[in-house]
Amino acid sequence: MTRPVRTGLPVLLWVPAVAALALVVLPVVGLLGRADLAALPGKVAGPGALAALRLSVETAAVSTALCLVLGGPLAVVLARSRVRGVRLLRAVVLLPLVLPPVVGGLALLYLLGRNGLLGSQLPGVRIPYTTAAVIIAQTFVAMPFLVVGLEGALRTAGERYEAVAATLGARPWTVFRRVTVPLVLPAVGSGLVLSFARALGEFGATITFAGSLEGVTRTLPLQVYLLAETDVDGAVALSLLLVVLAVLVIAVARPRAVEGLR
Amino acid sequence: MRKLALVAAAALALAGCGSIGAAKTLTVFAAASLTESFTALAEEFEADNAGVEVVVNFAGSSALAQQIGEGAAVDVFASADEGNMGKVADQVLPAQVFATNRLVVVTPPGNPARVAGLADLARDGLAVVLCAPQVPCGSASVRVEEAAGVDILPVSEEQDVKAVLTKVRLGEADAGLVYVTDAQAAGDEVGVIDFPESEGAVNPYPIAMLENAPQPGLAAKFLALVTGADGQAELGRAGFGTP
Repeated sequence: MTRPVRTGLPVLLWVPAVAALALVVLPVVGLLGRADLAALPGKVAGPGALAALRLSVETAAVSTALCLVLGGPLAVVLARSRVRGVRLLRAVVLLPLVLPPVVGGLALLYLLGRNGLLGSQLPGVRIPYTTAAVIIAQTFVAMPFLVVGLEGALRTAGERYEAVAATLGARPWTVFRRVTVPLVLPAVGSGLVLSFARALGEFGATITFAGSLEGVTRTLPLQVYLLAETDVDGAVALSLLLVVLAVLVIAVARPRAVEGLR
Repeated sequence: MRKLALVAAAALALAGCGSIGAAKTLTVFAAASLTESFTALAEEFEADNAGVEVVVNFAGSSALAQQIGEGAAVDVFASADEGNMGKVADQVLPAQVFATNRLVVVTPPGNPARVAGLADLARDGLAVVLCAPQVPCGSASVRVEEAAGVDILPVSEEQDVKAVLTKVRLGEADAGLVYVTDAQAAGDEVGVIDFPESEGAVNPYPIAMLENAPQPGLAAKFLALVTGADGQAELGRAGFGTP
């Protein structure tokens, strides 16, 4: 057994790395500095806050599951299909990342609203102002994170193992299940975490498409925005709750998903 | 690196020229609902005072009050409600009410749900959008509901009056409560229904100059314009009531 040789880290990298970390961490420190820590528990346990927290966690969980069920296969198709136009599709998938979320919300209204392209064909079914609308909006903005990450991993992993399995007589579904999926499991894990985090923080598309009503569509970010009108301390407290929730999810899930499989 | 320095120097020079062109700048923070009327008044003020540039920052009153609280350099603050003026009371000279606003019912063009008045908004199955009670238009909505004895269950409580208007304009809501001035600015895109109970929830708009206004003389002149005959006529055209 030889010990792996560690190449040294260029010292020059530390400067921008520390700056990058400061850019991410210092605003949160600022948030903490403004927070009235003694009043925090009371603010976080307020009636609107708990309803918003619950709604946020539930909708983000469902959206993340949808990202996997719909986005996972899409990533495989984009990475492996040889159909013409796949390159164009790859760009289209990125649209929700580029669109300002409010525009995404308007686009969803134009499609699924009462006068929308699809919505007008569904009399008696109302999608805006429902919890389903929140989930659709979150899935819309979060899915690219899973698709892009997973597609990249699939391309990096290459098709050699799949080809070998196929020459040994495995059928496409067996190859997918026994070879492709285990290869990219870490990427699936990190994609899920990113999607969940993005869905949890979703704001613009939700407020535009789903509106804002306590217990139905008012998720934690919407509650923070509303609270900022009258009670900045309460808004800061809820923001911290959101930060803690996101950090927990990332800290607990990400190492296991990404590194635990080595 | 040298190129960068040149660019920076050029930018500084340009910025310098800009401030020579307009000798004085008056900074006004005004509620979003004042956009049309204050834009016109700012132009009139610039025409009457050569060399003065008026910069108006239109936003929600609470956001503006917060920016003033954080130390923004402002000469005049015009708020859509007295609560947000109260938040900066220790930084402004005594405020005066210069206009009032009240609510009306708006519907999509053609009024597909046949809404006739405020009481109709409590009807089952009607998609009504209101402002959240935490924002000025929402607290006014609560007051008219109480005055009229009507209990509306909205499908959504929006953050501001423009969001309510958008949902109605797109036909995604059957009706909403907005300020008469916003309804008027939307023109033919919404139907407007007036109701008597709105008189019970009239919203006063206070205006004040900042204690440490960078341009106190100009600020006092601008206040005089807004509260004077020209200002009141302009605000009346936008649908505001007189205090």
